[in-house]
Amino acid sequence: MGKTLFERVWDAHVVAQQPGHPALLYVDLHLIHEVTSPQAFSGLRARGLGVRRPERTLATMDHSTPTLPGGYAAADGAGAAQLRRLEENCREFGIELHGLGSSRNGIVHVIGPELGRTQPGMTVVCGDSHTSTHGAFGALAFGIGTSEVEHVLATQCLLQTRPEPYEVRIDGRLKPGVTAKDIILALIARIGTAGGTGYVLEYTGSAIRGLDMEGRMTVCNMSIEGGARAGMIAPDDATFEYLAGREHAPRGQAWLRALERWRALPSDPDARYAKTTTIDGSALEPMITYGTNPGMAIPITAPIPSPEAAPEGTDQPTLEKALRYMGLQPGRPLLGQKIDVVFVGSCTNSRIGDLRAAASVLRGRRVAAGVRTLVVPGSQQIKRQAEAEGLDRVFREAGAEWREAGCSMCIAMNGDQLQPGQYAVSTSNRNFEGRQGPGGRTFLASPLTAAACAVTGEVTDVRTLLTGSGTVPAVGRA
Amino acid sequence: MAQFTTLTARAVVLAVDNIDTDQIIPARFLKVTDKAGLGSALFCDWRKDPAFVLNQPAAQGAQILVAGDNFGCGSSREHAPWALIAGGFRAVISTSFADIFHNNALKNGLLPVVVTPALHRELVAQLGRQPELQLTVDLEAQQLSWPGGAATTFPIDPFARDGLLRGIDQLDYLLGHAEQIAAFEARQQA
Repeated sequence: MGKTLFERVWDAHVVAQQPGHPALLYVDLHLIHEVTSPQAFSGLRARGLGVRRPERTLATMDHSTPTLPGGYAAADGAGAAQLRRLEENCREFGIELHGLGSSRNGIVHVIGPELGRTQPGMTVVCGDSHTSTHGAFGALAFGIGTSEVEHVLATQCLLQTRPEPYEVRIDGRLKPGVTAKDIILALIARIGTAGGTGYVLEYTGSAIRGLDMEGRMTVCNMSIEGGARAGMIAPDDATFEYLAGREHAPRGQAWLRALERWRALPSDPDARYAKTTTIDGSALEPMITYGTNPGMAIPITAPIPSPEAAPEGTDQPTLEKALRYMGLQPGRPLLGQKIDVVFVGSCTNSRIGDLRAAASVLRGRRVAAGVRTLVVPGSQQIKRQAEAEGLDRVFREAGAEWREAGCSMCIAMNGDQLQPGQYAVSTSNRNFEGRQGPGGRTFLASPLTAAACAVTGEVTDVRTLLTGSGTVPAVGRA
Repeated sequence: MAQFTTLTARAVVLAVDNIDTDQIIPARFLKVTDKAGLGSALFCDWRKDPAFVLNQPAAQGAQILVAGDNFGCGSSREHAPWALIAGGFRAVISTSFADIFHNNALKNGLLPVVVTPALHRELVAQLGRQPELQLTVDLEAQQLSWPGGAATTFPIDPFARDGLLRGIDQLDYLLGHAEQIAAFEARQQA
């Protein structure tokens, strides 16, 4: 029997495995950031250990970093102390750091691929659950805790029990206004936030093949929101085209050898998955969340579910609690719900394609009065590219704030946050209670939908603002 | 790592499904460089409600949390088990746990106990009638029991169980494989 992509990558990285024990899995790339690494370095020091492979470790600052100019001076005391600590740790242990002020700084899951560090067939880990993003390249990539960060620093290995492969097949052609974000929200709404627990998802099908690398990263990014350990997509020409010429991508003969290896990665035709879910991509609508976890998502035109008629597998008291927190009435449409804030950013949707999508709606339009709109690029490189394309002007002229790169309001650790009771439409990945600030209420959606909501000041179906072609805004002008 | 053998303690019920790590410890408390001192951050936002279960006198001294399905979903922050431990908890009973939280808990001597939905319902009902009930989690025997209730076996990965019973850190196990790791690296280079 053939192997799946996941099994191939897993098997190639097992260093040792005793019967009845978890496998020692080798880690090719270890990404670290300021929030989940300090205790791991303290652990190394306490044991007198070094970092086994500093050159396989890459550090960035993203969670606590200010998105207003000013660098450290703009960070709060505790945040700045954490940033300084990362700087000291990287200096002491010889780890490459793209800190504040670096032209390569950005969100960890944006810069890994951007620099060409993330490559097909690799194992990639980070003390961050959205490490699943890197699976878009056919890497096995997953989030780990701080104890495990220490394990990888010290040994370049992790003890892991093998998850099972789970195929998520999405065929068909997406309708105008429907994006990668809508695919993944629809999947999580279908399988629930624990539907992927114990599995590694492999996304297949023509709708997935039709996505560019940024869209594939958006899909894989939120695999963890469905409970999955990781999400993967087999590498193809789109993958290779994205990587070619990137700073750390192989060159010359090494590139040709890499291509040969990478082309052998996709799942064999006779490979077996432990589970399969199929979704008709052509039937998908723009999606939005209404509750307090990413599985509580509906097509944007659908009514808010009522606890009495809760979808299968939904716990009634949990849904009631969520609607109470969100201040929403079951059975009513979400369309027209007034909003206070729009956030375009995060490791899910802060790449150049996301910014272009938001700009395509905002170009020639104005953000509605009273709505605060924050556009936060995923990296300094993306920021520069967006500025070269004039997107910053589009955002500013529309009345949105154009910020420095970072996680920003996705996790609200750097001062960018909602006020209690405020409603936000956010392109990020989590609508948990208080995630974007204590008492804040989050609707997750795509950059297109978020931009449409910014313009009208209420939950809006972006398709009402699109012209026939589906990509050009009605009143847009370049 | 902290050893775990047998625990007999009172339990507190928080039977909400999908309790994410942002609720266990909100992100604004992650701007620390130590593991210690996170007890006051545990369920900080939910604690603002005076009626919240952890604010009740009966919750004082409880060392077991009985939580809803898919406990610990969301972020990979190990601060979640650190905060639970700092808050006095040594075991969490649920029908399922999110993967990363499950791994993180085991590495800190916080025991995730998986029970069937039927047993979970029975336990929640029993604790509703008898909040003072002492539960016993016996890791050696892999059994959960309480006075007047039949002992139930719970599953746990044998490797993790052995590590908890002996208080062995996984890093020592990994460091013991230095030769195999070096051999793997040599093969990968070739």
